[in-house]
Amino acid sequence: MQQKDVLPMKAEKADKRLSAKPVITGSEAVIRSLIAEGVDTIFGYPGGAIMPIYDALYDFQDQVHHILVRHEQGATHAAQGYARSSGKVGVAFATSGPGATNLVTGLADAYMDSTPMVCITGQVAASLLGTDAFQETDVIGITMPITKWNIQVTRQEDIPGAIAKAFYIARSGRPGPVLVDITKNAQFGEFEYEYVPCTHIRSYQPVPELKQDAVKAAAALINEAKKPFLLVGHGVLLSGAEKALIALAEKAHIPMASTLLGLSAVPVDHPLYVGLLGMHGNYGPNVLTGECDVLIAVGMRFDDRVTGDVASYANKAKVVHIEIDAAEINKIITAEVAIHADAKTALEALVTDVQPANHDEWLAEFKAAHQKEYDKVQHGELYPEAGELKMAEVVRLISEKTKGEAVLVTDVGQHQMIASRYYRFKNPNTNITSGGMGTMGFSLPAAMGAKMGTPEKEVVAVIGDGCFQMTLQELGTIYQSKIGVKIVILNNNFLGMVRQWQQLFFDKRYSSTEMVNPDFVQIAKGFFIPGKKVTAREDISAAIDEMLATDGAYLLEVVVEKEDNVFPMVPAGAPVSTIRLE
Amino acid sequence: MQKEYTVTVYTEDRIGITNRITIIFTRRGINITSLTTAETEIPGVYKFIITVMSTREKLDKVVGQIEKLIEIHRAFVHEEDEVVYQELALYKISTKSLESGDIERLIRDHQARILTITADYFVIEKTGHQQELTDFIKKLEPYGLIEYSKSGRVAIVKWSRRFHEHLKELQASSEA
Repeated sequence: MQQKDVLPMKAEKADKRLSAKPVITGSEAVIRSLIAEGVDTIFGYPGGAIMPIYDALYDFQDQVHHILVRHEQGATHAAQGYARSSGKVGVAFATSGPGATNLVTGLADAYMDSTPMVCITGQVAASLLGTDAFQETDVIGITMPITKWNIQVTRQEDIPGAIAKAFYIARSGRPGPVLVDITKNAQFGEFEYEYVPCTHIRSYQPVPELKQDAVKAAAALINEAKKPFLLVGHGVLLSGAEKALIALAEKAHIPMASTLLGLSAVPVDHPLYVGLLGMHGNYGPNVLTGECDVLIAVGMRFDDRVTGDVASYANKAKVVHIEIDAAEINKIITAEVAIHADAKTALEALVTDVQPANHDEWLAEFKAAHQKEYDKVQHGELYPEAGELKMAEVVRLISEKTKGEAVLVTDVGQHQMIASRYYRFKNPNTNITSGGMGTMGFSLPAAMGAKMGTPEKEVVAVIGDGCFQMTLQELGTIYQSKIGVKIVILNNNFLGMVRQWQQLFFDKRYSSTEMVNPDFVQIAKGFFIPGKKVTAREDISAAIDEMLATDGAYLLEVVVEKEDNVFPMVPAGAPVSTIRLE
Repeated sequence: MQKEYTVTVYTEDRIGITNRITIIFTRRGINITSLTTAETEIPGVYKFIITVMSTREKLDKVVGQIEKLIEIHRAFVHEEDEVVYQELALYKISTKSLESGDIERLIRDHQARILTITADYFVIEKTGHQQELTDFIKKLEPYGLIEYSKSGRVAIVKWSRRFHEHLKELQASSEA
């Protein structure tokens, strides 16, 4: 009897599915699959092997906004900026061969900085694979070590499944970039299209089960701690754990310091926030890492720029490591208690198990350290009265005038460290920078992506003169697609960070670091982007006001002190406690 | 301290999976000394048995990074005394040497066996550990060794309790 009831229903369902399966090309399936994943913005550049997909895109312009970049690297960084500001998966398109190889830097950057991104590349027809056909390159082989996953699709029937898996993998667990390479024959071929989102892969467990024992053990350590210290990593932002983190810090009265990528998870003006970790981080967090007795690291991976000399790192501390990626646990620093879990889940459990505490004396040590740094370094940098313009005063003014609410996109080098040190972030996901890879040229395209991802926010890219010249062609994209990013070039006519190292560690032998620069404002003008060059202190405030008041993109070049150094500084490989203030 | 370890990896059946695994060793400058891979008792699940000279500390991290790959089920590192293992070697010898009686005794004494005989050559098979198999080459050389071929390692883990059961569960769960 039951059998009879069940069977007709099944048949009916099957019929419906059949009728809902249109016969379309692989190319159209790509676009429809992306739409099914909620994609409305794509950054890309067409070429021979991806032309069928671009042709299909032509019919979906009302649903998907394609941003034509000026170089495929720009597409990847834009997709990264989009992902980091919006929390959605960034999408980039490129053709085979050079188009695909131009994605490499962005993929590596996204892999290091756990950024969800799906790149789709065209590939020569399956029959030509391996024959050195025109614009054929083994992009799967090339990107294997720098993607979370990649796949080559040679049959149209496999396109929806591959894209479904790509999105699931890119955004789940520790996010990362995924590349889907689609041969031209699969783009042309027709099949019965159906999209089923991916929700499970049997060999992949993105979110580990929280072990209560580990939470209890961590809570016990925290409850006994006299000098607990919280390290805030990118994982806090990725899992949306900001509130849980602050709740834990407030309940157990624990000072919090941020990694470069963890910036903006905690408002800079939070009373328990003590600053930035690492090589050019703040004095207190670095020196006092050596004094803390329990170190609670959340969603971070103990990068060498944070730890300095590993052997002497946090020597007095028992380490609690909350981390979603098992391969990061005990990779650099051995954890007394490892909580292998999503940061938010772990912190929410931990906050109920910790006891309220008071660590005023311990916090006073951070305050004293901050005062020392403020007197020796910060005050002079932020409020100079004479001499050339300083990067820090420019960043301070931008921070004040945007109320710490802009999305700050930075490149790599001195300006990045200064901006990260002095911008007073107020809201999560407003710091976008290239951390692990340190990719010069990241910020201009990333800022475009960030603006597309969060158009309601002010997006300010702070860029060095060297970095800007690596991807400045994206001004063309900014103009064509009317992307209202504010561009601030801190121009010291040097590759400043390399010059600083040459000064300190290479006897001032300035080998290939001085730059003879073009007129940046003229360049912007060539792309129909308004701009201004400022060289004097009295002009800077009004110039920033003008930039922020401008509707649309604007380029502000600020000529800053030529041989300025970023301090504090932990010499590479030295113990963080040896951080230098001058 | 550097010594020989056996790494075992259970994987999905996917083009390029060998590459994905080996580049993780390459990045850390670890040389793979042998690699054996074949489908397990469960269709679609493969087992890699890799021998390397390295340190436990390095390999624990390598195994973590291998397990992180999407299409990897599990990966383990084993000390020499944690596995029972064998390797297989084939030796091709000129048939003329059979005319001398002692080669047959040599084969028997070394627990080897003859796989096939043709008019020109015959093939001997022997299983054992690397040293025994290469030692046997020296014994055969006087008889006219034409070709030698040895496999990587096939290993069983001494402490395993339910690998087979686990794989069966995996198969059942993906069929459900």
